[in-house]
Amino acid sequence: MSADGAPARAPAWVGWGLVPLVNVAFALAIAGAVVAAVGEDPLAALVLLARGAAGYPEAICYTLYYATNFVFTGLAVAVAFHCGQFNIGGEGQAYLGGLGAGLAALAFGHWPAPAAIALAIGAAMLFGAAWAFVPGWLRARRGSHIVIVTIMFNFLAAALMTWLMVDILIAPGQQAAESRTFARGAWMPFMHDALAAVGVGIGRSSLNMSVLLAPVCLAAFWALIWRTRQGYEIRAVGRGEAAAVYAGISPGRAIVAAMAISGALAGLVGVNEILGVHHRLLLGFTAGYGFVGIAVALMGRNHPIGILFAALLFGALYQGGTELAFDMPGVGRDMVVVLQGLVILFSGALEHMFRPRLEALFARRAGGGGEDRERGAWR
Amino acid sequence: MAAAVELAGISKRFGAVRANRSVSLTIAHGSIHGIVGENGAGKTTLMNILYGYYRPDSGEIRIDGRRAALRGPQDAIALGVGMVHQHFTLADAFTVLENVVLGAEGGFALRRGLTRARRALERLARDRGLAIDPDAIAGDLSVGPRQRVEIAKALYRGARILILDEPTAVLTPGEAEELFGILRALRREGRAIVLITHKLREILALTDRVTVMRGGRAVATLNTAETDRGRLAELAIGRAAPAPAARRAAAAGAVVLEVARLEARDRSGAPRVRGASLAVRAGEIVGIAGVAGNGQSELLEAIAGSLPAQGGEVRLKGAALPLDGRAASARARREAGLAHLPEDSLRAGSIGDFDASENTILGYHRDPRYGRGPWLSRRAALAAARRAMARFDVRPALPRLRMAHFSGGNRQKLVVGRELGRAPDVLLAGQPTRGMDVGAAAFIHRQLADMRDRGGAILLVSVELDEILALSDRVLAMYNGAIVYEAARAEADARALGAAMAGAAGGGTRA
Repeated sequence: MSADGAPARAPAWVGWGLVPLVNVAFALAIAGAVVAAVGEDPLAALVLLARGAAGYPEAICYTLYYATNFVFTGLAVAVAFHCGQFNIGGEGQAYLGGLGAGLAALAFGHWPAPAAIALAIGAAMLFGAAWAFVPGWLRARRGSHIVIVTIMFNFLAAALMTWLMVDILIAPGQQAAESRTFARGAWMPFMHDALAAVGVGIGRSSLNMSVLLAPVCLAAFWALIWRTRQGYEIRAVGRGEAAAVYAGISPGRAIVAAMAISGALAGLVGVNEILGVHHRLLLGFTAGYGFVGIAVALMGRNHPIGILFAALLFGALYQGGTELAFDMPGVGRDMVVVLQGLVILFSGALEHMFRPRLEALFARRAGGGGEDRERGAWR
Repeated sequence: MAAAVELAGISKRFGAVRANRSVSLTIAHGSIHGIVGENGAGKTTLMNILYGYYRPDSGEIRIDGRRAALRGPQDAIALGVGMVHQHFTLADAFTVLENVVLGAEGGFALRRGLTRARRALERLARDRGLAIDPDAIAGDLSVGPRQRVEIAKALYRGARILILDEPTAVLTPGEAEELFGILRALRREGRAIVLITHKLREILALTDRVTVMRGGRAVATLNTAETDRGRLAELAIGRAAPAPAARRAAAAGAVVLEVARLEARDRSGAPRVRGASLAVRAGEIVGIAGVAGNGQSELLEAIAGSLPAQGGEVRLKGAALPLDGRAASARARREAGLAHLPEDSLRAGSIGDFDASENTILGYHRDPRYGRGPWLSRRAALAAARRAMARFDVRPALPRLRMAHFSGGNRQKLVVGRELGRAPDVLLAGQPTRGMDVGAAAFIHRQLADMRDRGGAILLVSVELDEILALSDRVLAMYNGAIVYEAARAEADARALGAAMAGAAGGGTRA
């Protein structure tokens, strides 16, 4: 390039604001067409969806509870992505995270609450990290494909959990493959209980104190990636491996670190679910959160602010969708999955359908110069 | 007959930067048209507009007299425009033949296209001296043949107007002569050739007309026969040409860098450095001449620690450096005082997605001056970038601008600034002025000479013999992974050096 400067760029808000909105609007429009095709009123369905997601206090609580999981899994995918690794093993890492939290809670639940909970959170992160460490190590040392290995580890996690729950951890004298309920010390308090203690009354929901970990993780993620030497190395390997090697960075070390951090974040789903809601170990509590995390990271463009909004959106879709399926008999639970799939399709796979056009449109309008717009919104 | 290309009033802005300002020029059939100018003068932008990469903000392109609305390179290719980029775009895993048909396979059955391309390549070799082995794997070729493949690709697509962006930047003098022969043959067939270059010597030797660009404008278009080197340089820079780096009698001190019997393999496992030995003293520039691909790059990387060495010894200030383990990493060696300008500074020396300030600390990001403990100080990095940009005249001086938006020459200046910024004991300089204009190259040369005069030791690798001879106190030649020639510069004999570079087998291909 002989040009002295930057190509004209669209204002940053087009990239992180308008494009996702247009994508979601298209997903809703097509889902609306499907609703109409099965003979229901799409507008009424949309109203029910919105009301179900945010129409009353408990709905908002449930939306936040789901969003908490998506923040964890979205960040998990993003941190690996910054290192050039596509970690689709969030589901298995979340599962193992739950196992770690559960084992710690079974063992130390009789301890005073703060200590037991802290231990269980640590165990969840450790187990999740370990489950992602192995694929990272295999990738770094043996050149194994990260996508293949992480997806295989999802199956291994499921098989391991089934065996443990059915044969070992199952509570004596019981049919369901569930452990005994934890001692109280390892219960992450429900939000309605915590707020009631300070005199604020809200309805019962699954929202628990784990939600407070989400903003902590978002901020820590930002600091790690953009303000630490480790984060610099992770990004250098992701964006230019040859240059990273030249700079004396070991790509293998950076990949293993990024994967371990990724797994630790995914493992926090276990805290929200096992310590926060179920208070015992059981099967299938990850419910696809790990996979949705991929869409959350894509839609959030691997940045904590974007991931926060994407997680809230998917939280709203989960919660609103459940209510919709309940209230509108023609629109079953499957329709909600269709809608989620469409959002993922438009904001993930078809991400580049509208982006270039919208950015070109606004780049032409935006006169003037260089540096400010170049910074983008992500710093 | 209408001109092959007419550009009328072409303007193009990138944000605040006006890359082209109302540029008009005409290129005749059967001519070679040179475009010269400093880095960032707008040469490549103009040609990217002609090739359909960018759309001009205003102005008109006429090809063969007809107005062309180019929506992309496909449109330009359809109208007979071909481009050979500064950085090659071959698929390394494909054969030459497969690369030539890539994107022009000609129907569903590959075999027919391949047969047609094979015949076309045979014709090219016969008629224009464009000899390439159609079944060679592109990744195995050295730079000269790779470039011939790029030219063959363009011709196979029917290019009547051929744009070459800095084609000789990576070629040996011999390879460049070969290229010129090919270009002259193409001119005889009536094709129009546009040659973008920094090298005034090539303009004078090859072109019919020349356009000088400066600050986005075409400041003059001249008949080459009626101009000379000084006039062109003055037009391009806007003032008299800078003096070359002043040479001073070398007062070489103690040996700082010593390499003995070094062995190294490249990333595909092929041995590239085979028992190379050399020494560099304080206050001395040692130049390694050689045809690209004879192990010079790997030698520098092995000394720098970014490529593991299989055997031999590297001593820095008398102390042997470990060859394996964590202590052998590029970081440890950098901390020991060994700076490195990588040969491929675009890919290895900087990261396009990082901004300039992040690139300023690349390799030094663990340095205490850029933050405390695990933290990285953004402010310190920005300050370092501003300093390097001011001292090394990097334009635009925007530390938050992504590296990909800088021109190649300015990227290189920032990398040079980073590596020279901390007064290293030893600098390993690989092709430090590749693709740079006269003014910027002279600037880099002065910086290297300054470092030498301050007592630094420099090991310089270049495929430009002129550069080696202009800068070095001692000249080595590398062939097939070993040092095969050594002489003090005053005693260096260009003929013997050329013969050594070519080796017994005649050189030109990677060993």
